[in-house]
Amino acid sequence: MNSSAPIHPAERRTAPAVVAQGLVKTFGDFRAVSGIDLEVRRGEVFGVLGPNGAGKTTTLKMLATLLPIDGGRAEILGVDVAREPHRIRQLVGVTGQYASVDENLTGRENLWLFGRLQGLSRKRARATAEDLLGRFGLEEAGDKPISQFSGGMRRRLDLAASLITQPPLIFLDEPTTGLDPRTRGQMWDTIRELVAAGSTILLTTQYLDEADQLADRIAVIDHGLKVAEGTPEQLKNSVGSSTLHLRLEDAEQTARAAALTARLLGEVPVLTPESGGLNVALADANQAADVLIALRQADLGITSAAVRQPTLDEVFLTLTGHPGEPEAADESEATTPQPEEVH
Amino acid sequence: MTTSTLTHELTERELGRTLAPRPTVGDAITQTLAMAWRALKKMRRNPEQFFDVVFQPLLFTAMFAYIFGGAISGSVSDYLPIVIPGILAQTALTACIATGTQLREDMDKGVFDRFKAMPIARIAPLAGPMVADLVRYATAATLTILTGLAMGYRPDGGLTGVIGGWLLTVIAGWSMAWIFTWLGTIARSAQAVQGISMMVMFPLTFLSNAFVPADTLPGWLQSFVDFNPVSHVVSAVSDLMNTGQVTSEVWIALGMCALVVAIFAPLSLRSYSRKM
Ligand SMILES: Nc1ncnc2c1ncn2[C@@H]1O[C@H](COP(=O)(O)OP(=O)(O)OP(=O)(O)O)[C@@H](O)[C@H]1O
Ligand SMILES: [Mg+2]
Repeated sequence: MNSSAPIHPAERRTAPAVVAQGLVKTFGDFRAVSGIDLEVRRGEVFGVLGPNGAGKTTTLKMLATLLPIDGGRAEILGVDVAREPHRIRQLVGVTGQYASVDENLTGRENLWLFGRLQGLSRKRARATAEDLLGRFGLEEAGDKPISQFSGGMRRRLDLAASLITQPPLIFLDEPTTGLDPRTRGQMWDTIRELVAAGSTILLTTQYLDEADQLADRIAVIDHGLKVAEGTPEQLKNSVGSSTLHLRLEDAEQTARAAALTARLLGEVPVLTPESGGLNVALADANQAADVLIALRQADLGITSAAVRQPTLDEVFLTLTGHPGEPEAADESEATTPQPEEVH
Repeated sequence: MTTSTLTHELTERELGRTLAPRPTVGDAITQTLAMAWRALKKMRRNPEQFFDVVFQPLLFTAMFAYIFGGAISGSVSDYLPIVIPGILAQTALTACIATGTQLREDMDKGVFDRFKAMPIARIAPLAGPMVADLVRYATAATLTILTGLAMGYRPDGGLTGVIGGWLLTVIAGWSMAWIFTWLGTIARSAQAVQGISMMVMFPLTFLSNAFVPADTLPGWLQSFVDFNPVSHVVSAVSDLMNTGQVTSEVWIALGMCALVVAIFAPLSLRSYSRKM
């Protein structure tokens, strides 16, 4: 957008947490990030949502001074990222996508080292390490080498390591990828506590439900471009607030059921004719009952029915016209006729 | 420039903390020592890292003395004063190779991303392990000297001469390590560092006066040998240990070490900073 317009500090009293204008990163001929604008307000959780390879990590790394910015500009709390990297590093705590703690040290030693490196006295570094181990439920594991940590413990230690100097801004790159549901829930709680304590958080995720749970606002990126931005509500409404998933007793009847549903809701269902599957977006979850009643009246039996929140795939399909994740592509090609073809 | 200064001051006031524009020298020293502490912990937990500096001195001293002693100097005991300074220089150089490969290996680990994201001096992650490696150079030097003494080496320089030679070996090891640290920052993998380092190390040690007196070599080779910093280190260590004199060779060797650091430390720092 207006990528060349300068940011005028005089025009505002307090600078936003993050302002990025027209960020670009190229690797050889490949544009991993090709002109992304972001504005993160203070005290909010801002989610960057995108599939594998969308450019989430690359964007975050540029903002965290881990990669040089090839085009555009960025400011964090009013400080220019490219010009004053050392100041930026004092403002941002980064938890990368892959654990960035030292495998050769114990949890306690890791935190002590990071504290010392950032100017804490020996005593303060020790006290801070203790405090963080306690807050993250790692007291008992504190003296174990990291190689004996579970994935969830590593992730927590990693996050703890980003909080040593209590930075006002925290970057989290896919904080729960690879965690089991319970550990993921714990991580979400921790993130909410950080926000309650006044931190601003910029996180990336591949999961709409995670962005939905945590983020105040979301930017959806794909192929290095921002394709949508808004609150979780706005994004979900753009694809229908939820989806009704049905499976018919008689797969032969799928087309009939689809026609019925389309007439009722004014919305074209997505079909899996082989297995009698039928998915349709609902503007309002109550419409599910109308569909079920209509099917019963038409003598169309079902074996299962479920109302689900839209998945990232569906958001992607709607926003970009192509499936989100490469893995999902085969499946959705078989199951989701493009809307144009159905018409 | 001015607008940026304005806003960071505003941010500082709001946050109630000052934001240093760059690390101070004091910060860099504390951070280097913290990094050295990390490297020492790592050494303690992976004692196989001492393999080269423990066995090479024992093996090489005995092997060289018994194999070449008779041929070059007529007897083992006559050869020891020549070969001990040579082996000191060689083991220090070999220990340096490990400094470079370990750095490369380390840089590929996730924790380096955190080091880069933290407000620390860029030199600390490079210099820290090198400070810790002083332990390795000291181990190598001590064991070489002890093996020599056990085999009948009686240095004329006395205790002070031997301590001087030991100290110079450690200093030379540390200085030369910057060459290999630089290789560590430019190479693509630890194996590549290992390979390139070998190619650098062999001419440095064998095209020197480390194992044979330089005057037995053809003229064109002698000029390289005379220029080679390793030759000066060997001569200086030899002077210290065998005569107890602080000869001009000692000063030349120290000057060479300083020159190596002055060239390769900035090069390493530059290519390390560019990698990020
Ligand atoms: N150092 C690099 N050299 C070349 N290409 C790179 C490099 N880093 C990233 N890329 C490419 O840039 C694109 C964006 O990568 P990035 O890691 O930012 O994606 P992501 O959104 O974080 O994906 P994921 O969800 O898998 O973490 C990918 O196609 C990736 O292959
Ligand atoms: Mg990523």
